[in-house]
Amino acid sequence: MTGFRQYKIGARLFGLALGGSMTITLFFPSVNIAAVSSTDVALAKQLAIGHETGFNLEDPFLLGKNKPISVALKVDPKTGQPIDGGMMVYVYQQGTSYPAGILHPRILGEGIQQLSEQQGHINDATDARKTAGAVFTLRKGTYQGREFSYIDNLTATKGWTPADVMKVAKDEDVSHAGKGKTMFVREGCWWCHTLLPEETQDWQVFGAPPMMGDFNGESPTAFGSDRKAPDLLHVGSRNSSREWMMMHFFNPRLVQPHSIMPRFDYLWGEKDAAGQKIDFVKWRAEYDEYREGKRVTPPDVPSFASDSEIRSLVDFMLSLK
Amino acid sequence: MLKYLFAKNEDIPSGSAAVFFGFSSIVWFVIGTGLGSFNAAKLAFPDFVTGNEFFAFGHMRQVHVMAVIFGWISMAFAMAMMYITPALGNNKLWSEKLGLWNCMLWNVGLTLGLTILWAGITSGREYSDFPWPIDLYIAFAIFIPLGVNVWMTVLNRRTQGIYTTNWFFLAATFMVIIVFLIGNLPEFFHLTGLTEAYLTWWFAHNVLGLWITPVAAAIAYYVIPKVTGNPLYSHRIGHLHFWSVVVFYSTPAAHHLMSAPLPEWLKSFASVEGVLILVPAIAFVSNILLTMQGKWYMFVESIEIRFTITGCLMAIPLNMQGGFQQTRAINWYIHGTGWIVAHAHLALLGFSTFLEAAAVYYGLQALTKRKLYSITLANLHFWLLLIGFTVYWVSMTIAGLIQGAGKIYEVPYIDVVIAEHPYMIARWLGGTMVFVGNVLWLYNMWMTARKGTVVPQGRMPHELAYER
Repeated sequence: MTGFRQYKIGARLFGLALGGSMTITLFFPSVNIAAVSSTDVALAKQLAIGHETGFNLEDPFLLGKNKPISVALKVDPKTGQPIDGGMMVYVYQQGTSYPAGILHPRILGEGIQQLSEQQGHINDATDARKTAGAVFTLRKGTYQGREFSYIDNLTATKGWTPADVMKVAKDEDVSHAGKGKTMFVREGCWWCHTLLPEETQDWQVFGAPPMMGDFNGESPTAFGSDRKAPDLLHVGSRNSSREWMMMHFFNPRLVQPHSIMPRFDYLWGEKDAAGQKIDFVKWRAEYDEYREGKRVTPPDVPSFASDSEIRSLVDFMLSLK
Repeated sequence: MLKYLFAKNEDIPSGSAAVFFGFSSIVWFVIGTGLGSFNAAKLAFPDFVTGNEFFAFGHMRQVHVMAVIFGWISMAFAMAMMYITPALGNNKLWSEKLGLWNCMLWNVGLTLGLTILWAGITSGREYSDFPWPIDLYIAFAIFIPLGVNVWMTVLNRRTQGIYTTNWFFLAATFMVIIVFLIGNLPEFFHLTGLTEAYLTWWFAHNVLGLWITPVAAAIAYYVIPKVTGNPLYSHRIGHLHFWSVVVFYSTPAAHHLMSAPLPEWLKSFASVEGVLILVPAIAFVSNILLTMQGKWYMFVESIEIRFTITGCLMAIPLNMQGGFQQTRAINWYIHGTGWIVAHAHLALLGFSTFLEAAAVYYGLQALTKRKLYSITLANLHFWLLLIGFTVYWVSMTIAGLIQGAGKIYEVPYIDVVIAEHPYMIARWLGGTMVFVGNVLWLYNMWMTARKGTVVPQGRMPHELAYER
C-alpha cells in the first residue's frame, strides 16, 4: 500500500470508528435480541407459517409451496373419538421444511427449548431416518417451576402422521395461512398495510402492539413502513367474515367505495369453486355498467376454489387475530 | 461501447467506462421515474390498469425504488467515480476494461433483478427486496469491481495527497460492500425474527448513510471548485464532514423502528445519534456555499452549478427533517405516513439527484469533449425536476400530516384516504413532470454526444458559451 503511506493514522482511525459503530449497532443488539424467549404468539405463528416466506430455493417463484397446513382438529385421527373443545394442529407433510424453532430450538428460549425437546420430542421430526413429515401442536408444561407453552411433536408422542390428520380434516377446518403469507409477501400487501401497531398509539383502533418475543422464527417479518391503509396485525379480530374478504379482494370498491386498494381478482385463478371458468372480461364489463349507473347491482363475485391463491390469502388474514 | 469489451485495456479510450455509465444511469432514471409516475397514478386512480398482476401496485412499487437507487443513483455515482477519481489523482482510471465490464454486468444484473422482482419474486424485506442470489451478484459483480477500480486508481495516483472527494469515494465503496454483505445476512443464513427486522433497517439506513449521502456530497466537493475555479473553502471542514459521517451516520439504524419492539436503549441511542447527523450536514452545506464566494452569478448561468447548489440547499430541509423526525416525540406523529415518503424523495430525488445530475452533465461534456447541445432543454429539465419535485414533496408532506392527525385522533381510516385523494393526484402530476424532464435530458445528452460543438484541445466545456 505504498500510495497510502501518509494515511496510516487515518486508516486506523477509520477502522476504529467503523468497527466501533458496528459493535454498538450489530453486536450489542444481537446479544439482546438473542436472549428473548418466544411468546405463545411466536410459537403459533411459526408453526402455522413454516420455514421461509420470502425467496427460497424450495419455493423460488413464491407460489406458496413448502408450507404447512393448520388444521382445527375435532376428532382424534387414530381412534375417531371427538376431542373436547377441538385442537389446533400444524401438519408438515413429507418434504415440507420445518420452521426455525424446530431446526434451531435455541431460538425458542431456555424453558421452551427444554420442554419441546424432552417432552415434545421435536428432534425426532428433524431426524433424517424419520422424514415422513410431522404433526405439531402447542401444549403447556412446567420447567423449573415456571409454566411455558412448548411445541409437541404429535407424530412422536401420539403417532399421528400427516396422512392420518388430513384424512379426518374437512376443508372448512383447514387453514392455508402459511401459503397465504407467501401471497401477502409476493403481492406486496405490506407496502400499504403494516403488521406493526405502533407502541406509542394504535391501541384503540388497531389493537395491541407486538412484544419482543412475538417474532422468533419468523422470516420475513414484513412489518411494512408506509401505512397507506389500516394495520392488519389483528385484522382477524376486527373482521372475520370470509364473504366480506372475498368481495373486498375481488374489487375493494364493492364494499368500500373510496378504497384505493388494487383489485386482486387475478388470485382467483382460472376456475371458481364450482369448477366453472371465470369470465373476467364479462365481469369487468358488467361492473363498469354498474359504475356508470346502467345496472342497479354489481355483478356477483365468483366464489373462489378451495385450492386457489386467494383462499390462502383469506386464511392468512383470518389467522391474524 | 460494447466493441471495447474485448479490446486490450490500453486500446480503450479514456473515459469510455464513464460515458457508458453516464448514459446507462440516465436511461435508468427515465425508467425509474416512469415507473414512479405510473405507481403514483395507481394510488390516485386505483382502477387505472387493473386485474393484471404485472401492473399491480404491489409488484411495481419496489421496482421503482430499486431502479432509481441501483440504476440511476448508483450508476451515476459509478460514472462520477470513473472520471473524477483519475482526474483528482492526475492519472488514468486503473482499468477502463474493468469499468466497461462492470457497467455491462451492472446493467445485465439490474435488468434481471428488476424483472424477477416485478414478477413478485422478492425477499420481502424493504430496500433489500432482491432475492439473495441477486444480492450476491450485486456485491461481487457490481460493487467489488467498482471498489477495486476506484481503490487502485487512487493508490496509483500521481499526486501526493488525496483530495476530499476521493476520501469519500474510497470509504463509500468499501462501506457499501460491508453493508451489502452484512445487511443481507438474514437471507444468506436464514436469520429470523427481530434480528431479520432490525438488519433490514440496518441495511436500509446504511445504504443511504454510508453510500448515497457521502458519495453525493463528494461529487459536490469536486464539481463546485472545478467549475467555479474557486478552491474548496476549507479542507478542515471537509475532515469534519468525513469523520462525522463515519462516526454518526453509521449508527442510527434503529431509528427506523422507533415504534417497534426493539431494546429501548438501542432506540434511544439511535435517536441521539440521529440528531448528530446535523454535524456532517452543516459542515457539508456551509463548506460548499462558502466555496461559492464571488462566483454566485454562476448559480444562474451554469447548469452544473445550478443543479449542485440547488441540491446543497435541499440538504438543509432534508437534514433538519432527518435529524428531528426520528426523535420519539415527532416520530410519534409522522411515523408511517406520507411525510416519510416525502422525506425519502427529498433525500433521493431532491438532494442526491440534483448533485448527480450535475456530475453527469459535466462529465459527459468533458469526456465526449463536446459542449452541451441545448441549454434551453437543460433549463427545462432543471425546472421540470425542481417544480415537479416540489409539487410532489409539498403534496406528500401535507398528505402525511393528514395521516398523522388521522392516526393520533383515531379517525376512521377511510376518511384519511378520502382526505388524501387531491394530494395523491398532485403527487402524480409532480412525478410525471420529473419523468418528462428526464426524457428531455436523455435526448439532450444524446444530441450532445452526437451534435454538440467540439470543445477545443486544452479547453474545458464550461469555458464555452451555450449555443442553443
